[in-house]
Amino acid sequence: MNIRAYRRSAEGTQPKHCHPAYVSSVKRAPRKPLVYLPHTLSEITGPTFSQERMDVKACDLTKQHAGSPLGERIIVSGRVLDEDARPVANTLVEIWQANAAGRYLHSGDQHNAPLDPNFTGVGHALTDSEGRYRFVTIRPGEYPWKNHYNAWRPAHIHFSLFGPAFATRLVTQMYFPGDPLLPFDPIFNCTDDEQARNRLISLFDWETTIPAEALGYRFDIVLNGREASPMEEHGHEAR
Amino acid sequence: MNLQATTSQTVGPFFRIGFSWLYRDELAGPGVSGERVRISGRLVDGDGAPVPDGIIEVWQANSEGKYAHPEDWQDKRVEQGFSGFGRVPTDEEGRFAFSTVKPGRVPGPDGKLQAPHLEISVFTRGLLRRLITRVYFPDEPSNAEDFALNLVELERRGTLIAKKIEGEPGGLEWNVRMQGEDETVFFDC
Repeated sequence: MNIRAYRRSAEGTQPKHCHPAYVSSVKRAPRKPLVYLPHTLSEITGPTFSQERMDVKACDLTKQHAGSPLGERIIVSGRVLDEDARPVANTLVEIWQANAAGRYLHSGDQHNAPLDPNFTGVGHALTDSEGRYRFVTIRPGEYPWKNHYNAWRPAHIHFSLFGPAFATRLVTQMYFPGDPLLPFDPIFNCTDDEQARNRLISLFDWETTIPAEALGYRFDIVLNGREASPMEEHGHEAR
Repeated sequence: MNLQATTSQTVGPFFRIGFSWLYRDELAGPGVSGERVRISGRLVDGDGAPVPDGIIEVWQANSEGKYAHPEDWQDKRVEQGFSGFGRVPTDEEGRFAFSTVKPGRVPGPDGKLQAPHLEISVFTRGLLRRLITRVYFPDEPSNAEDFALNLVELERRGTLIAKKIEGEPGGLEWNVRMQGEDETVFFDC
């Protein structure tokens, strides 16, 4: 049985494991070369999640508590696609973020900024049949960190995606257009390819902006696509 | 191909707020068939220091070697109560543990079966991309002919094979060393 593998990302479009400007990577990145693993059934399959498992409140982060969170309401939406621009339907998208003041609801976050009792900063949703997702949330604040002197992370929302297979699992971060901190951020800049970096910056979007309610930002996410199939001729691609 | 896959970014230091809703340290519900195992170990960094902010994800076939996924073409049964997905955090000592059933053998290249194995993703602050590895089982004759183990130089294969814990039936120890002399084998996948 021939396996229809997933493509590997183009050279320079993914970060290397060790990126010394991001200090935490120095002791945690593997030093030995990774072993190239051709895909097998184990890598072209992966976890799937059903709609029943989803919490319907998890896609509106402004309505998870008794009151409204402080900050600027925004709508973050987009599509999950593969490299052939085909929608990735019914796939789990998880997000987490700081509140408007730049503080996470996490015991390890010691930043001297207030927590918001009306904001947890966590959401999830399945994409629809067209690969679309949509979250209502608040714009996260920038916050200081200890990577280097006067280090501040640009405003960002973390995204975790599964895609159709173990091989397509992706964790990334979405940034905001025009953020003055982006050129100085070692995490944003860990990828060599400038165009690949810039695709992490969401687009301001009038189409999804709701008058007198919330600004819209669009962030499309692309997962690794598939190699041309040796299997199709043999008819094993039926699903 | 006309688009390029989105670049990976670190999970950051606080990602457990986003991952904890889906923690699952018992992969096999009651009634799921197969040999029960409990896999435990530690996640350590290049200094051998515990990584207290890690998360391990598991993907595996059931005891008959069937993945609960539409592309598994094998004429075998998907079992109720077993999705094959697990997600567990490390503790202050870098320890993690999960319980499951030993998977059956699944097809590999050239029409040969692979040895029983778990697919593993490691996430933690400091990783710009997830780490990918596998867990194999001790006393498993098929390990000798497993195609993925044979991609690895002999002296490093042991990092992928769990060890029996004496006095704990079904107990297996498997550690992840992110860097250093006895660095775990990680795959480019």
